[in-house]
Amino acid sequence: MSITASAEGAGRVRRPLGLMPTAVLLLGALYCLLPVAWVLMAASKTRGELFSTNAFAPGTGLLENLSDLSAYRDGIFWQWMANTALYAGVGAVLSTAVSVLAGYALAKFRFFGQNLIFNVLIGGILVPSVVLAVPQYLLLAKAGLADTYWAVLLPSILHPYSIYLARIYAAAAIPDALLEAGRIDGASEGRLLRVVAVPLMGPGMVTIFLFQFVAIWNNFLLPFIMLADDHRFPLTVGLYTLLVTGANQPALYNLVITGALLSIIPLIALFLTMQRYWRTDLSGGSVKS
Amino acid sequence: MTKANRGARASRAGATPYLYLAPAVVLFTLFVAAPIGYTAYLSLRRVKFSGLGLGKKSRTEIFVGLDNYRAALADGEFWDGWVRVLGYAAMVLTLMLGLALLFALLLDSARVRLPRFSRIAIFLPYAVPGVVATLLWGFLYPPSMSPIHAGLHAVGVDGVDLLSPSTIVFSMVNVAVWGGTGFNMLVLYTQLRAVPRDYYEAARIDGAGELAIALRIKVPMLAPALVLTTVFSIIATMQVFTEPTTLRSISNSVSSTWSPLMNVYGDAFVTGDLYSASATSLVIALIALVPSLGFLRLVRRRAFGEER
Repeated sequence: MSITASAEGAGRVRRPLGLMPTAVLLLGALYCLLPVAWVLMAASKTRGELFSTNAFAPGTGLLENLSDLSAYRDGIFWQWMANTALYAGVGAVLSTAVSVLAGYALAKFRFFGQNLIFNVLIGGILVPSVVLAVPQYLLLAKAGLADTYWAVLLPSILHPYSIYLARIYAAAAIPDALLEAGRIDGASEGRLLRVVAVPLMGPGMVTIFLFQFVAIWNNFLLPFIMLADDHRFPLTVGLYTLLVTGANQPALYNLVITGALLSIIPLIALFLTMQRYWRTDLSGGSVKS
Repeated sequence: MTKANRGARASRAGATPYLYLAPAVVLFTLFVAAPIGYTAYLSLRRVKFSGLGLGKKSRTEIFVGLDNYRAALADGEFWDGWVRVLGYAAMVLTLMLGLALLFALLLDSARVRLPRFSRIAIFLPYAVPGVVATLLWGFLYPPSMSPIHAGLHAVGVDGVDLLSPSTIVFSMVNVAVWGGTGFNMLVLYTQLRAVPRDYYEAARIDGAGELAIALRIKVPMLAPALVLTTVFSIIATMQVFTEPTTLRSISNSVSSTWSPLMNVYGDAFVTGDLYSASATSLVIALIALVPSLGFLRLVRRRAFGEER
């Protein structure tokens, strides 16, 4: 309502055009927030309230749900949370390092086999993970690594798309002249990497890290296939097993809902605090002037 | 490293890029190339039991050529899965990318209120894992807890079972659209922001309206990003697994072979038939590659051909 009023008040002829777009976007926002708002409310409800009260009214059982969830099987939920943080944190750091090194080499050096290596690595983008997951499991099992932390961590490191991004960032952010000047001054390649390349690629590195962090945090298929011992599960697989168990025991619904809420809080916090890094160009790579 | 003269430095720079690429190449070999090769190898083999099939010696692996592929292609349930997934993928691609494009264009037009709020809110589901997204919507679908049914009731629609065999695919499409729109919107929106503003000024001076600018200038400029998001979305939707697997625990309407990838998982880990699983997964990979490569080629000709 106030939008109409201020638009008319401003007396700008083309202003009302902004109403429809704004309304459409707000509808989209509402649709996206709906399940999140629901889980926020549902997690605060006792078992009785869950099925009896208004879906979007808060309940009285939040603390009880939290302590029930923490007590469930000696706090295995928090173990899942810690595992997820480990997989996503370590995996994304390693992934970023590998991608930045490779992207920098591909963008700033001329060498034999350059195009071949790039095309082969990038071809990995088009390989559906289904072809990889089962044989990865079999090969890791042969190496005695199945059902270990390594089984989830190692296959998560290589991310062809991040290499592609890193190459674009390196090409755009590091001037050739700067590297040449450094070389003439006798700086070693290692020093150029540390002092010139890495600092200039900083924002791009944060973006690569964030997207890879989210990808590993949200991954289900890989840990689902690799792990048998639920003490190594990440949140996704843990919540899935909790849901499957809960299908026969409605008493677990509250735990599933509370766990679902807790599992998305860290990522949402990461979104809101690191906002400017989520805008960096993903496809064209051109740095906005 | 020690100080070196010019000649030595040139040769050292020669080795440097290979050194930097080594981790990526090693990981690619171990976790992409080797698994693909191993799958291809397994897909041509099968276990043969001799005697009563007891004991280790009675179990030998033999080469069977393309038998596993023939079996996979002859499996009716596998094709039923494809029919379901193709219908699902068509709906997800149209709705998700359509909405992402619409939202990106709206956000980019200067005349919108609360753009920051809308952008963050629409991107938010990207932070929600597929399992949790399915779980949240899964709780919203059954009438017992759902505000959706209250909403439907308010507009006079009653008794819709969102988890029945005939409607479950739409419920699944909804989860995918909800989870994927924000990410694609962000890719397209970032691309739009990189376009110099004076591009549009010229069109405005020529009398073009916002809609004409969006359709005639912005959409064509988005072509590369649209190709990229479409190809990734095709590959992702073709191997849908998490959502139907999670929904199975909420609804009986999803079979254990609902999607082709669930077939692979069942073969590999439930019945333990790795050979069929390997053949099936390669068939899935090829089927997923055909439309994305075809799409890439088609669009490259149409969109980029003119620029050359």
